[in-house]
Amino acid sequence: MQTTILYIGRDTEITAVMNRLLNARPEWKGLCVCKNEEAISICKEQHIDLVLLGNGIDHESEIEMKNKLLALRPGLKIIQHYGGGSGLLYGEIMSALN
Amino acid sequence: MSQFILHKENTRGHANHGWLDAHHSFSFANYYNPERMHFGVLRVLNDDSIDGGMGFGSHPHDNMEIITIPLAGAIAHKDSMGNSAVIKNGEIQVMSAGTGVSHSEFNANADEQLNLLQIWLFPNKKNVTPRYDQQTLDVAARHNNFQQILSPNADDAGVWIHQDAWFSLGKFDEGFETEYKIKKAGNGVYAFVINGEVTINGQVLSKRDGLGVWDTDSISFKANTADAEVLLMDVPMELN
Repeated sequence: MQTTILYIGRDTEITAVMNRLLNARPEWKGLCVCKNEEAISICKEQHIDLVLLGNGIDHESEIEMKNKLLALRPGLKIIQHYGGGSGLLYGEIMSALN
Repeated sequence: MSQFILHKENTRGHANHGWLDAHHSFSFANYYNPERMHFGVLRVLNDDSIDGGMGFGSHPHDNMEIITIPLAGAIAHKDSMGNSAVIKNGEIQVMSAGTGVSHSEFNANADEQLNLLQIWLFPNKKNVTPRYDQQTLDVAARHNNFQQILSPNADDAGVWIHQDAWFSLGKFDEGFETEYKIKKAGNGVYAFVINGEVTINGQVLSKRDGLGVWDTDSISFKANTADAEVLLMDVPMELN
């Protein structure tokens, strides 16, 4: 069964890399967007197991988005993704899911 | 009472990709060990050997302080901020990835192996403007001395980063003893043995062993061999 992971980050290049990395593993399904509205729309439409917050999201926007996502999906796991690439990704996801 | 964690060299994560032989002190890439996620804000300590002319093509980073210390050979670096540089043994490079930066890193020499330490620290502030710096270090100044090579202060010795961390390098004569005082309350020290054998707080450490010590304000140090070389990373133990 696939784990659905939603990534939100402001940098389009990094977001494209994250999309490639997340979908390279058959056990993960990655949905990667740059805007809060897109993330909230996806969360309304389908089940999400984990949210990764990427680069460039300011504090106020992060709080607002977290509140909206948690209102839609109480208990949803939301973590910070650091590094912008593959180095920390697997460990972050494994730690969050376990 | 001080606490410690010992990471022996042969317990590190290992990935041999042919052109890249990498040892990971903490979980990285496909190496995942929930007991080895970080030491305070120190998240990555990679000991990489890279074949001549080979390296990492352009790839992005964000929100991480990335420090590279070549131990042998030289790195050719290019990034999206317009920096293009070669960093060789005796120098240090720092990059604050902040809102996002792309870079490539290659062995600058076709006929020489490159060995480097790449260290990632969580920043104390997210989404900073990306920045790059490199410095040539006075290698002679680390003889029987912990030479500061990194700090949080732009006007202090070494490069600076967005974190309350201090790095020091030392190269010691056999039998040399000293004490290292931790720079800030709440910080711990992760010692990584580059060469030789040393004793820190009673723990005997060999080449490429790591020892993390915290809940203390100082550590004792003794060089057991003539070629003892150690990197100390004095870092906050609390994640921001």
